[in-house]
Amino acid sequence: MTDMPQSPDTPIAVKDPSRLKLALDSDFIYTFKRSPVAVVSFVVVVIMVLAAIFAPLIAPYNPFDPGSLNLMNGFSKPMEPNQFTGDIFWLGTDDQGRDVFSTILYGMRISLFVGAAAVLFAMVLGITLGLIAGYVGGWTETIIMRTADVQLTFPAILVAMLIFGVAKGITPVEYRDQMAIWVLIIAIGLSDWVQFARVVRGATLVEKNKEYVQAARLIGRTSPAIMLRHILPNVLSPVLVIATISLALAIIAEATLSFLGVGAPPTQPSLGTLIRIGQGFLFSGEWWILLFPAVTLLTLALSVNLLGDWLRDALNPRLR
Amino acid sequence: MALVSIKNLTRIFDVSKPWLNRVVERREKAYLTAVSDVSFDIKEKSVYALVGESGSGKSTIGKMLVGLLRPSEGSVEIRGVDLAREQDAARVDAVRADIQMIFQDPFASLNPRWRVRDIIAEPVAARGGDTKGLSEKLLEQVGLSARDAGKFPHEFSGGQRQRICIARALASEPKLIVCDEPTSALDVSVQAQVLNLMSDLQDDLGLTYLFISHDLTVVQHISDRVGVLYLGRLVEEATPDDLFDNPKHPYTQMLLAAAPQLGSFGRDVPPPKGEIPDPINPPSGCAYHPRCPLAQDICKAERPLMRDLRGAKVACHMAE
Amino acid sequence: MTTPILSIRNLTVEIPTRHGILRPVDNVSYDIGKGEILGVVGESGAGKSMAGNAVIGLLSPPAHIAHGEIHVNGQRVDHLHGDPMRRLRGKEIGMVFQDPLTSLNPLLRIGDQLTETILAHLDVSRAQAEERAIQALDEVGIPGARERINSYPHEFSGGMRQRVVIALALCAEPSLIIADEPTTALDVSVQAQIIALLKDLCRERGTAVMLITHDMGVIAEAADRVAVMYAGKLVELGPVRDVLTTPRHPYTDGLMGSTPLASRGKDRLHQIPGAMPRLDALPTGCAFHPRCPFVQEKCRHDPAPVLTDGTGAACWYPLDKKAEVA
Repeated sequence: MTDMPQSPDTPIAVKDPSRLKLALDSDFIYTFKRSPVAVVSFVVVVIMVLAAIFAPLIAPYNPFDPGSLNLMNGFSKPMEPNQFTGDIFWLGTDDQGRDVFSTILYGMRISLFVGAAAVLFAMVLGITLGLIAGYVGGWTETIIMRTADVQLTFPAILVAMLIFGVAKGITPVEYRDQMAIWVLIIAIGLSDWVQFARVVRGATLVEKNKEYVQAARLIGRTSPAIMLRHILPNVLSPVLVIATISLALAIIAEATLSFLGVGAPPTQPSLGTLIRIGQGFLFSGEWWILLFPAVTLLTLALSVNLLGDWLRDALNPRLR
Repeated sequence: MALVSIKNLTRIFDVSKPWLNRVVERREKAYLTAVSDVSFDIKEKSVYALVGESGSGKSTIGKMLVGLLRPSEGSVEIRGVDLAREQDAARVDAVRADIQMIFQDPFASLNPRWRVRDIIAEPVAARGGDTKGLSEKLLEQVGLSARDAGKFPHEFSGGQRQRICIARALASEPKLIVCDEPTSALDVSVQAQVLNLMSDLQDDLGLTYLFISHDLTVVQHISDRVGVLYLGRLVEEATPDDLFDNPKHPYTQMLLAAAPQLGSFGRDVPPPKGEIPDPINPPSGCAYHPRCPLAQDICKAERPLMRDLRGAKVACHMAE
Repeated sequence: MTTPILSIRNLTVEIPTRHGILRPVDNVSYDIGKGEILGVVGESGAGKSMAGNAVIGLLSPPAHIAHGEIHVNGQRVDHLHGDPMRRLRGKEIGMVFQDPLTSLNPLLRIGDQLTETILAHLDVSRAQAEERAIQALDEVGIPGARERINSYPHEFSGGMRQRVVIALALCAEPSLIIADEPTTALDVSVQAQIIALLKDLCRERGTAVMLITHDMGVIAEAADRVAVMYAGKLVELGPVRDVLTTPRHPYTDGLMGSTPLASRGKDRLHQIPGAMPRLDALPTGCAFHPRCPFVQEKCRHDPAPVLTDGTGAACWYPLDKKAEVA
């Protein structure tokens, strides 16, 4: 190309369409708009996430500010004026007079944060190990994937409890409540990386034999560069699907651990903690303390799951 | 001096089952000789075509030439440098920059997540070169528009993608391009366009091609010399005219007779006998002897050496 | 002419998409008579396979037959679904696809697959069916049929597997075979064997064959008549010798010219400029006009004439010259 005269007025400066514009015009958005289930669950998830993020602004009370609590408000029924103070609470109050609606908003915050952080942690770990296993192969692959297999033979919740227990044993008592959330994230994340690793390894095995990867090797690109710049962007679709479904599972796992009393502490209650507290009042007639957090958890997990299901179908090239 | 000199090139693949299966099933290790003792030279600014059916080892030779595979025995020398054995990294790098490859599948050889501009410029970018305006210039050189640089591969047809692959191969200003079945995935009318383009570029830029194909008729236009492979062995080498008008090896004769011809309406010639043998257990002596109409005892016992025969080279005991 | 085995009349296949309705097969009519091999040729996306799939009821939704009729042995089949369609496939129509691996069940012995097919379509006992299966394998040239009947598909080579597929397609003695790129995945020498086999079997039994391929050479060797498709439309139809030596449609002419065989001894290959348009971006008038070297004003506006009478070219200005074919 030494003999190609470069004319100065070649109109090269054409603006490329941005990736966002291309994405909005894609079949993906088109199928999304035509799927009522996807749209509804997406809207529900967005509302819940926003509600959780802006909980301090939305919640009528701060349930964790002892100064604002009035024990007289305890056991208010939903939508009925309290028999002593006359205050009305939409979803009632618990034994200590905390507004259930507000505790749910704050609880959702913890639940979503723990779920998302755990999935992010699992994702980074799983993608890294899966990419390395798939691309490098040999003994590296054997060690990573057999570790994954062994871990899969234990139920995830058991693994999480084990990690949680060990972590609790080695953290000093005074930090235990502060550390609880982070330990929870690591415990759930470590129990969840396996599926990311497996899927990424499988996709990597397919991609690494494609000719564009050979072309990059030929040029002299290093293995890390090929993994990051060539293979990673092409294995992300299945990861996105798993991440969504994992988010639902992680939220439930967190709720389960908290329900069992090994998760979020009562000072920072998640939806699971709220359900654990609420179930103590079920048989004494104060059903709302249990029901509303439980319904919230169910709605959140179901919406995320439905979204994940739709995403799996939409991103599956065989179904299109 | 020849640009490429291939001497006694051999490649053996270990196709054994995993260790545990071998022990349980009491099997020996299995080896597949994909390329066996192949020697030929490619002159500078010429087109050498390698032709053979599946299992002939033609792609394996191409991969060894560009350095994607290491030879088991023998050597590939490019301008006197043996890529697999040369210790001087600078010399290896200099030679590597002179070799490029065009692949068979235009859909797998471009990274679907990259813009065409980045794909084409990658060979230069990987070496830290200046890529400004490079892709646009190359796109016009291969008959596409500079405006196409901002698009993604899925917006192009098969023939256009193959042009993009050619542009990428040209980016680093190579001397030698290995073309592995560059047109076999394309439609006939597009194949003609791509072959003509490659032919023009060769003339304009003084390129050297190693052109790998399963189709004898495709290579006759573009090549200066043709090597016919059977089961990893070079059986005949000649100029295209010589090969077509006067094939000397019985296998070449069979290939030419079996290829469908446009004028042969309702042709009822007896089809060739037999199939390509299992490359793990190739026949003794001349690999073609079980299918050869001329076969004698010596063909079973002794592998024929390449010998000169009226301007061509042929590895056959019987050919005259 | 007696009733043709397969008769396609004004067949249109439509795929509704968000960008509008695509017509991968647009108003196509042709017949195949007893013992005749019709080559259907075209480049990828021309609609040749889609037409074959329409005949055997294997269109994958949302693709569907929008207009037209398909008759097999005088029976109308384009509206059949479910069981009646399944009975028709196999009994009346046999299929041979490009990839022999996907047409065979990898978990069943080939003998069982053959016997099941025979039992499903013919009124014979199991022992007779097995005998027939062995005979069928023998006919397609599989050595040692009696022993090999207990083998699994993976134990055969590619060429042998395609022979098994042909045996499977023929074992219920259908009157029509649809062979979709039957030799594309095979080596040249094996391709020649398979084509010879298909030709022999069909001549002997009087089976009609729809041979779908992109390879003009295969068409020349095997077909009696040829149908050329372009962008969903039938552009030329006629006896193979006439169409290949004196093509009347400029597309056929260009296609013939660009095969490397035809330009032997020339420095450059003849080429048709451009590429086949995508179905969602068809030009106005004749779909071929932007690539046509003989384009006239009329071609840009008026849709090309539709071929209905069985031979000829769908062109406003058909060629009359002798093509330079070897």
